[in-house]
Amino acid sequence: MHQPIHELTDAYRRGDLTPSAVAEDYLSRIGALDGKVGAYLTVVREQALTAARESDLRWRAGSPRGPLDGAPIALKDVMCTAGVRTTAGSKMLERFVPPYNATTVERLRAAGAVILGKTNLDEFAMGSSTEHSAFHPTRNPWDLARVPGGSSGGSAAAVAGGLAAGAYGSDTGGSIRQPAAFCGVVGLKPTYGRVSRYGLIALASSLDQIGPFAQDVTDTAILLGAVAGHDRRDATSIQAPVPDYAAELSKGVAGLTLGLPDEYFIDGMDPDVERAVRQAIDVLKGLGARIERVALPTTRHSLAAYYVILPAEASSNLARYDGVKFGLRVAGRDLVEMESRSRSAGFGAEVKRRIMLGTYALSAGYYDAYYGKAQSVRTLVRREFAAAFARVDLIVAPTTPNVAFKHGEKEDPLSMYLNDVFTIPGNLSGIPGISVPCGFSATGLPIGLQVLGRPLDEARVLRAAYAYEQATTWRSRRPELA
Amino acid sequence: MSPAATPYETVIGLEVHAQLSTRSKMFCGCPTTFGARPNTQTCPVCLGLPGVLPVVNRRAVEFGIRTALAFGCRVNEACRFARKHYYYPDMPKNYQISQYEEPLAEDGFLEIDIEGGARSIGIQRLHLEEDVGKLLHEGTLETAQASLVDFNRSGVALMETVSRPELSSPEEAAAYLRAFRAVLVFLGVCDGNMEEGSLRCDANVSIRPRGSAKLGTKVEIKNLNSFRNVQRALEFEVRRQAQALDAGERIAQETRLWEAERGYTRSMRSKEFAHDYRYFPEPDLVPLQIDRRWVEEIRAGLPELPRAWRQRVVAQYGLPPYDAEVLTQSRALVDYYEAALREWAPASGTAADRPKVLSNWIMSELLRVLPGDDEQAVRGSPIPPRHLVGLLRLIENSTISGKIAKDVFQKMFDSGQDAPTIVERDGLTQVADEGALGQVIDSVMAANSKAIEDYRRGKKEAKGALVGQVMKATRGKANPALVNRLLEDKLSQT
Repeated sequence: MHQPIHELTDAYRRGDLTPSAVAEDYLSRIGALDGKVGAYLTVVREQALTAARESDLRWRAGSPRGPLDGAPIALKDVMCTAGVRTTAGSKMLERFVPPYNATTVERLRAAGAVILGKTNLDEFAMGSSTEHSAFHPTRNPWDLARVPGGSSGGSAAAVAGGLAAGAYGSDTGGSIRQPAAFCGVVGLKPTYGRVSRYGLIALASSLDQIGPFAQDVTDTAILLGAVAGHDRRDATSIQAPVPDYAAELSKGVAGLTLGLPDEYFIDGMDPDVERAVRQAIDVLKGLGARIERVALPTTRHSLAAYYVILPAEASSNLARYDGVKFGLRVAGRDLVEMESRSRSAGFGAEVKRRIMLGTYALSAGYYDAYYGKAQSVRTLVRREFAAAFARVDLIVAPTTPNVAFKHGEKEDPLSMYLNDVFTIPGNLSGIPGISVPCGFSATGLPIGLQVLGRPLDEARVLRAAYAYEQATTWRSRRPELA
Repeated sequence: MSPAATPYETVIGLEVHAQLSTRSKMFCGCPTTFGARPNTQTCPVCLGLPGVLPVVNRRAVEFGIRTALAFGCRVNEACRFARKHYYYPDMPKNYQISQYEEPLAEDGFLEIDIEGGARSIGIQRLHLEEDVGKLLHEGTLETAQASLVDFNRSGVALMETVSRPELSSPEEAAAYLRAFRAVLVFLGVCDGNMEEGSLRCDANVSIRPRGSAKLGTKVEIKNLNSFRNVQRALEFEVRRQAQALDAGERIAQETRLWEAERGYTRSMRSKEFAHDYRYFPEPDLVPLQIDRRWVEEIRAGLPELPRAWRQRVVAQYGLPPYDAEVLTQSRALVDYYEAALREWAPASGTAADRPKVLSNWIMSELLRVLPGDDEQAVRGSPIPPRHLVGLLRLIENSTISGKIAKDVFQKMFDSGQDAPTIVERDGLTQVADEGALGQVIDSVMAANSKAIEDYRRGKKEAKGALVGQVMKATRGKANPALVNRLLEDKLSQT
């Protein structure tokens, strides 16, 4: 039963499987194996089974709601679920039960998806390893000594480990693509504004974007299609029609021009990663794509700009956690002491670090030098991509410079930040990007190929990823968990 | 102390926060009804729950533009919201969505009428923002063991308008605020109710030696929530600053709070403790592009503003400026007056005194029973303009006397019925039948032979007593002019 969603629904249609049997199977796998992986923070067994049984009836009646009806999926624990606690991986929200559903959650319920539970993450999505959850770390199903990447590590590990058929995460600087690469699954960050952020607990509002994790590109297209589209509750969501992503997958890459940026092959990157990515590009060339070198020189400033903009916005977004209305409250003699103690106890070290960085960057007298300057860099990054996309249809590059590292290996925050060097520019410019498995290191760890596209050109990004996937056999390899 | 008596001149600028009378809040769909049970008009957005996003209320932007145009401001082609950060438990997100570097509108003016003429006061900027909730303390802020928060007001649309520092006295500041309120009320963008906090005012005030070009150190005064308080607080503060300078002290740049009950300002926080609001553009909202055609549509729909209305009615109807001022205390009252005048004198110039008669009745009778600045009360008046005119017509055609009319007015107010119905029902028609009145006069004369004697002996006042007796006998219904004429006839006959 551990197969892609589009195969599960084919089996539902034929009557070979039922959503509730599949949900039971996933729930028992979670029960048996998630102790090792730690992908989930909350499993909603009863709700999942209820939803699955309703889906059974629809399939039996021959009137499913669509390609996600009865699909067992997981949600990163930053998407608000009415009546189900939503923690953002933080002690601050350990007992926070939202009274409302995120737009994504609403749309998934309406599509008949079976939500299995909420997955682990680095606290408030700050991190690249899912070691910095306030509850427990998540482990990489390919090697339990290694991290699954982050911050959406729980969702990536759940899909890789067969603990969910598909999942959703959020990507602020690479938090979908990097763990997808580390866990050998497909992960897509859509164009900023393609998927509503309403109900997504904000890290950095101008960078955050919800996107899917899947076992293959076809599922990725289906999962994206179910949640994409304008939402009047999100003023930054884009009013543009949503194409039928799955229908366009098989158009191939013949005739497309793929840009290859020199800046994404850097000193110190894992030679296995470079080799796998260059071989993948050869495969795409063999499928009829033209390869052209493009220059993205501002890439080297992206990380610095990102680490000003992100903490600035995060410091503001996290100001509401003060113990007054919701979340953790630690008593104090007066209001200020209560707020201060609540925040001290509720936030972890990385969160505090970024709040301090961001508060400083926005302070009177420093704003222009930091936030203002970082926004200028951001404009340059955006222009650079626009110029490149005037010449090429897509850009191909590694998703990460390295494969999954060991737990505890990157103690120094800076070396952790460097993990996102190839994914951050996509967030700064708002363009869509996918990570698709493109091989394994000598140590047997997955490697991801990143494909970036023009704003709202997810269909072409998916097309290229699909063409590559169909020409290779990487997805037949699965981690052994049991 | 009159300004001329001091060696200083005063410089005041006002920041006025007006609650816009939009049906829903600035960034969510919650209702804005005043006085609802605590925390019943809230949703995840105005509670600032994790994950929520703001969406701009188009009506609030329209109200902002309407006001900006009324003040002659430039409406910017694009404006942007920004986050203003400070920690306070009545503010759910611990930042307020406001506007900073790119406000909705800039550079306008407001004309105020003061003793000795009119002055134009510059308006620097006008922007939109969200209101905060309300804290309710058990006891005083200092002694409270617990405080409760009501978020009903959280997220209500506010418009902040900042004047240039061009007001030169507390009186002018109060006049500015009055004129400001009248404009907003006329535009229908704010109910102008200062007691309910629909209009709130902060002042920046400094003094400097007369003739000096350099501005003195400014002090911000908060909590000026009535016209009277604005004037009293500023008078206090100007005096305080003058005494300090006289004593050789320096004025500290600070924020002071007006204690209305105690009649003084006290220091709230000094410059060193001033907030660093860490403004940055609100990433959850895209910059607003203001469509020029929309602005022109709004401009075309602007009503006549209070000052222009006053000037017009004074010139056109010869109404005293005082009457015009009283009538402009609300849009509803002006509408009432105009509707009544249209009803009564469709062709202008037919009866020159009607505009004044009407304003007299409104000022002395209607405003006795209704608060004229309460839009809803005036609009819902049990005596609609048509009924008032019906009453005045009965006086004009001598069906009833002015005295009886006042009683009829009260009955109309109590019952909602029109004047002819009441006059008919209660038999209040003026006795204008010469025969019937002649009989009454005859019997009065028969019973008052002494008064007749007096009159004939040249004591002309005695006639007044006889008229009074006739009126008494007819219970006020007799037409006084007719009584006078008939009485004179009869007295001269004998």
